[in-house]
Amino acid sequence: MQFPGRRRKLNNNLQTELYGHSLQLYAQPPLENISLSEFESFAVDRLKLLKTTENLGVSYVKVSEDYAKKLGAELKTLNFPYRSENGPSEYEKRRKDHISHFILRLAYCQTEDLRRWFIQQEVDLFRYRFNELNAKQKLEFLHKNNLQYDTISVEEKKPLLDKLVNSSYAVSGITVEDQDFYKVPFQDALDLIRTRKVYLKAGYAYIPHQDVVTIILNDFRTRLSKALALTARSLPAVHSDERLQPLLSHLSHAYVGQDYSIQKNIGKISLDQIDSLSGKSFPLCMRQLHQSLRENHHLRHGGRMQYGLFLKGIGLSLEQALQFWRSEFIRGKTDTDKFDKAYAYSIRHMFGKEGKRTDYTPYSCMKVILSNSPSQGDHHGCPFRHSDPELLKQKLQFYKVPPSGISQILELVKGMHYQLACQKYFELTHNVEDANFSLNHPNQYFVESQKLLGGGKNVKREVENSQKSQENTAARGAREEANSSQGVDKMTEELDSFFQDD
Amino acid sequence: MPPSDYDPASLPDLLPLYYRRLFPFSQYYRWLNYGGLQKNYFQNREFSFTLKDDIYVRYQSFNTQSELEKEMQKMNPYKIDIGAVYSHRPNQHNTVKSGTFQALEKELVFDIDMTDYDDVRSCCSTPNEIFYYIPEDFGFQHLLWVYSGRRGVHCWVCDEAARKLSVAARSAVAEYLSLVKGGEETVKKVILTDPIHPFIKESLVVVEHYFPRYALQDQDILGRKESVDKVLSLMPEDILFFICCMDFQNEEKPEGRWKLIKDQSTAKKGQHFEKEIMLQYCYPRLDVNVSKGVNHLLKSPFSVHPKTGRISVPMDFKDLDKFDPFAVPTISLICEELDRPRKGDDDEKSEEIKENEKDAAERRKIRDYKRTSLAKYVKYLDQFLDGMAQSWKGDLLRKSDLQKEF
Ligand code: SF4
Repeated sequence: MQFPGRRRKLNNNLQTELYGHSLQLYAQPPLENISLSEFESFAVDRLKLLKTTENLGVSYVKVSEDYAKKLGAELKTLNFPYRSENGPSEYEKRRKDHISHFILRLAYCQTEDLRRWFIQQEVDLFRYRFNELNAKQKLEFLHKNNLQYDTISVEEKKPLLDKLVNSSYAVSGITVEDQDFYKVPFQDALDLIRTRKVYLKAGYAYIPHQDVVTIILNDFRTRLSKALALTARSLPAVHSDERLQPLLSHLSHAYVGQDYSIQKNIGKISLDQIDSLSGKSFPLCMRQLHQSLRENHHLRHGGRMQYGLFLKGIGLSLEQALQFWRSEFIRGKTDTDKFDKAYAYSIRHMFGKEGKRTDYTPYSCMKVILSNSPSQGDHHGCPFRHSDPELLKQKLQFYKVPPSGISQILELVKGMHYQLACQKYFELTHNVEDANFSLNHPNQYFVESQKLLGGGKNVKREVENSQKSQENTAARGAREEANSSQGVDKMTEELDSFFQDD
Repeated sequence: MPPSDYDPASLPDLLPLYYRRLFPFSQYYRWLNYGGLQKNYFQNREFSFTLKDDIYVRYQSFNTQSELEKEMQKMNPYKIDIGAVYSHRPNQHNTVKSGTFQALEKELVFDIDMTDYDDVRSCCSTPNEIFYYIPEDFGFQHLLWVYSGRRGVHCWVCDEAARKLSVAARSAVAEYLSLVKGGEETVKKVILTDPIHPFIKESLVVVEHYFPRYALQDQDILGRKESVDKVLSLMPEDILFFICCMDFQNEEKPEGRWKLIKDQSTAKKGQHFEKEIMLQYCYPRLDVNVSKGVNHLLKSPFSVHPKTGRISVPMDFKDLDKFDPFAVPTISLICEELDRPRKGDDDEKSEEIKENEKDAAERRKIRDYKRTSLAKYVKYLDQFLDGMAQSWKGDLLRKSDLQKEF
């Protein structure tokens, strides 16, 4: 690989400056040329890292010790900067961190969904890494990146003392006095506001130094989302690059796993099967929705979306879906006319027949667990996450799960391992030792259950196939594509040309 | 249940009259135009109408007040919703390139849901006072309170900063304010941990004040066996045992029963179930989803509730807890009030002749609503708008002062 001599020298200085701290805000795009093989391996490693971040975030509390340990281990194995050790290969690691981040920006700027996923993982990763820094390194980081926030004076602090202590877990009466408090517009500390972990007055949040990470994260998130929007606009340039394009699209497809929106299943299920399937092969979340639909002849919006898309995913056609919902709703307070006016639209919408014509995909566990949590009158959500343990217990007893199994499940729930709890439930109700898959989608639950019960042979095969192709890690997929579309394992494209500030 | 003086079937006859002679267009426009400070703010605002037979038309928008008036008088909507201010005229949303038509701003809104409460009459006597903290904590000043027409209250936060909030910020604010969480599968909807946040502390002060009257008396939560069981299910098991052993059943009075519970709670350190119960029963419930979206539509003030016939009237913030939903006029009532003979009619007529015709019509409309029970509520809106205008003036002065300095 050829570097033009002069430029390299210049770059080197710049790069050393750039990598002065183990953590960075990725303000500058990389300036050097890299080989296609490096490009690819960096990208794949970061993707692995982000996927791990995602998985750990579901199974553990994000600031817990276990979470930190596991994420730390992953950073180490994948050769990313870890605990800012200053070993001989530190420079290489930081460079990898830097470049790989920017490659994934290219792959993940294309749609709203991809951007959201990418930002979330990067922010989580950043939080972890910032928290791992010691006090001195944190200050250095703030300094280096020119992050300055307004602090409040001692006089200002005094009358607020009581309130400051009661607003945060991070401070006690003693520490308030000698701790810096930052005063920022509440919009810059949304995570703390949402959870009521900060004192709020007249639109300003008073943040103890210990929580400064929140402001930085907020900053990081805002910058990243702006940057991604800009990058998206330069996409045509990337798309016209025949070596990059397939690689990037592979990378971006690897993120959520299968989306279960495949239309091949259509018509494999008849409506009168649903009741019995709901007992045998539906995960609890869907069983619960089905039951309350049958009981109340109604579901509120959140429930209709979650359940409707699931049903679409297991193979209901639009016509079937309309018939299914209509027949249930008109047994309640809704008459046919009202149904056609008020609800039919949204069902056709789900199938991409109205409005923006987006073909909506069934919700993953992650989405069910994390977004739009149920409120008054709602039955959607994940029972392992959103039910009272006591109710969950009763429900499991009612479904004849053995007592020992119930306590195992409740244990997992307590540790916030909702998907693992669900998987345990699967194992217990299907009489298998080990489910042999890692659950991340209600439709996956259904498919696996059908596989075991030997039903829906056709459904099974198709899904298996598509899963297999998905199991090809991004690495393999990317490599194949790259090799076939280009014989030479070299790339002289400059990455930075894609990151210009417009 | 519709009030006795209102028959939903009369709506097609009443609506034209309402929009022609009573709907306070000029205040309405004055509100949504926000002093004309931002270009096309009114013009890019989405309205949606629900017409007869539930026909729903979205993306209506109007260039001027008179265009809005004419259209409403033509369509006679059963219900009016207000949406976001978009990047383009909503009625032309089909003609702009997809993806560029975007919701930019909207008031921050809260839908305080009362459907859960048994006793409708007391719905608005729940501690809406809690929302005094919206201005205090978030620094917002211009809150327009509107009765939803049935069992709820809408709050429109109209400060410029509030209108510009992102989706994430809206949902964070709503989460901050909702203390009661969880759906049908959650029994215990409030869980407190130490330290108790100042916001919750302040809310508790309000709730404590209301609880005896509102929950113990009006809702009788410790009277009927069913509801007693519900309350008891919110307590930890060891305590429950204790309470049941004690003379809980012998104690007939709800106040006495409540005292038993309270004593238990204060006896145990780190336990807050007494507070949790009070909040669960008294704290107003927010529909977070309504607040979250910038493009979420919400029923407009002065829209009619088709089932009850009641007008969605603005409320007086200072007297929120005295607000009586049953005193809110129905469309039939105010239309009838119009037909009552007016005093001094003749004098006015002779005056009118001197005016040119358009002015006269305009003035007649103003006088029209003033002759009905709607007048009081329009006045609330007027006061609200004056308050907003005041603060703009302040802003402008400050701005020009700044300019002078340079
Ligand atoms: S873990 Fe997933 S599949 Fe299981 S109940 Fe929860 S959301 Fe449904």
